[in-house]
Amino acid sequence: MTGTETMKTTYREAMRAAIRDALQRDDRVFLMGEDVGRYGGCFAVSLGLLDEFGPERIRDTPLSESAFVGAGIGAALAGMRPIVEIMTVNFSLLALDQIMNNAATLLHMSGGQCNVPLVIRMTTGAGRQVAAQHSHSLEGWYTHIPGIKVLAPATLTDARGMLWTALQDPDPVLIFEHGSLYNMHGSLTADAGAVDIRSAAVRRAGADVSLITYGGTLSTTIAAAETLAGDNIDAEVIDLRSLRPLDDKTITDSVAKTHRAVIVDEGWRTGSLAAEISARIMEQAFWDLDAPTERVCGAEVPMPYPRHLEQAALPGADAIVAAVRRAVG
Amino acid sequence: MSRAAAKGAPPEAAHRRDLLRQMLLIRRFEDKCVELYSAGEIRGFVHLYIGEEAVAVGVNEAVTAEDSIVSTYREHGHALARGLPLDSVMAEMYGKTSGCSRGRGGSMHLFDVSRRFYGGNAIVGGGLPLSIGIALADKLRGEQRVTACFFGDGAVAEGEFHECMNLAALWDLPVLFCCENNLYAMGTALERAQAQTDLALRAGSYGMPAWAVDGMDVLAVQHAARGAVEAIRAGGGPHFLELRTYRFRAHSMYDPERYRDKSEVEEWKKRDPVDLLACRMRESDELTDADFQAMGDALTGEIDKAVAAAKAAPAEPVEDLTRFVYSPEPI
Repeated sequence: MTGTETMKTTYREAMRAAIRDALQRDDRVFLMGEDVGRYGGCFAVSLGLLDEFGPERIRDTPLSESAFVGAGIGAALAGMRPIVEIMTVNFSLLALDQIMNNAATLLHMSGGQCNVPLVIRMTTGAGRQVAAQHSHSLEGWYTHIPGIKVLAPATLTDARGMLWTALQDPDPVLIFEHGSLYNMHGSLTADAGAVDIRSAAVRRAGADVSLITYGGTLSTTIAAAETLAGDNIDAEVIDLRSLRPLDDKTITDSVAKTHRAVIVDEGWRTGSLAAEISARIMEQAFWDLDAPTERVCGAEVPMPYPRHLEQAALPGADAIVAAVRRAVG
Repeated sequence: MSRAAAKGAPPEAAHRRDLLRQMLLIRRFEDKCVELYSAGEIRGFVHLYIGEEAVAVGVNEAVTAEDSIVSTYREHGHALARGLPLDSVMAEMYGKTSGCSRGRGGSMHLFDVSRRFYGGNAIVGGGLPLSIGIALADKLRGEQRVTACFFGDGAVAEGEFHECMNLAALWDLPVLFCCENNLYAMGTALERAQAQTDLALRAGSYGMPAWAVDGMDVLAVQHAARGAVEAIRAGGGPHFLELRTYRFRAHSMYDPERYRDKSEVEEWKKRDPVDLLACRMRESDELTDADFQAMGDALTGEIDKAVAAAKAAPAEPVEDLTRFVYSPEPI
């Protein structure tokens, strides 16, 4: 096959292809987490990999988030390139000590001796009616921590390409996969591979307003932009891709062009990533603005179970459209 | 010099002399730390190991340079026994660039990856998962290495401890768990914090060999650790030693010690690990008072030199404040 040929795939399959590729390319890589082996992964991402690579490299763990995340850190210190899967971001809190106090800290605390080339993948976000302990978008918390990098692949290309680049990084990288994306389908070129993990991407060019988002809310935001196009409002949509570090330049270049910014973030508003982005726009692009920045965030409530309440708690296209209308006056 | 030393000590006697010297180095180093702390020369938390020296020295005798060590915040002894240069440890206390962590770690975060010494972890139990991971990496690569992980009795109350005991036993990992049971988690006595105070029994419930050792007797520690390391290297999976010891000094420099009686401390001091070995060596005519005095004087001289070097060493430039948060970008 050549690079121009395309194949149908899903986000889940693209992620699996990325893991398979990494396991084939580098003997130091192994996947470890709850039910990644026999079960095939809680979201079926690693389905089939146990048969292909065996139980040493597709390693089922007990329900011991702190121990197996910490073991990933230790293995990385000792020269391996572990991929640790945590079922959901809510469960990652059981390993927060290891992520914060060890993974993010060891390099500095040791005066540059202890690299932690670890990748941690986890599911984030709502939309599946799994209520208040499986639905939150806590990636913004992780962006607070110096020493780690935080990625949010929102497209098939990024699902396929971010993992390998993350594994090349000498420092710990967290990859947040929004649970609503796994069934997203589309095409990838047969030679799709590594992508950069530093820059934001303009997913829709526009002149009137900058819509800044990432991960699970990218498709909602693009839908809102299409609606606005019907009203002759030309919205630019930025997919952040990397949440830490943030690509300030792509954001401020866009705002310099559109003079208005609306940030869409499924996380809670208070102390959020959206707040950080808003502050950076104030600091770096204040004089370019024609209107205050707007934020469309998740409602400040533990996620309720019933569908209508869950939907009401999430940033929807209508709320984005309304925020844009306020911004453009 | 004793008669034995004068005529060329037999290897065992020379070895005991080396153990004594190592313990005395740790003791004198920490005596100096107290002095420097009181004088305001060094700051932060300083957790003294005085009284527990036999554990670090005895365990270190059982491992090789190829093996790995994971330590705690009370790790001056582990670091010095591991062979981290005295100058680099003292410079770390001063927060200088020549420190073993470039001064960025301080007393609680001594690192030397070239000696496979993976730090100084100041979250109780936080080093245990790292030891699991290092051992897993060794196992996956087919290395014969052992990882020795130090932690205290307090860590046994942490969930992380139990997760790690389970994982190490389940995966048959080459880890030597060295539980330094000094009877207090900071100011809380073991029996006030833990329903079952037989710590070896608890580790043993995970299906690994586990036993208690007299942690004041360096030869007993060495013997136990050697046996355990040999078994681990032969594929015997993780082993657990409960090293019964006692810290003679306060938990840290801020501790008024309201939680224990002075008489208890005095009772334990009768089993001072340095004195215990020195006495035995005197009895077997391997050491004279003059030898012991000379050994101490030489160490004091080395420590004074390390202090002078640390004081004279450059500090990290403020412009480098955020260095080592991330690795340098590849060129």
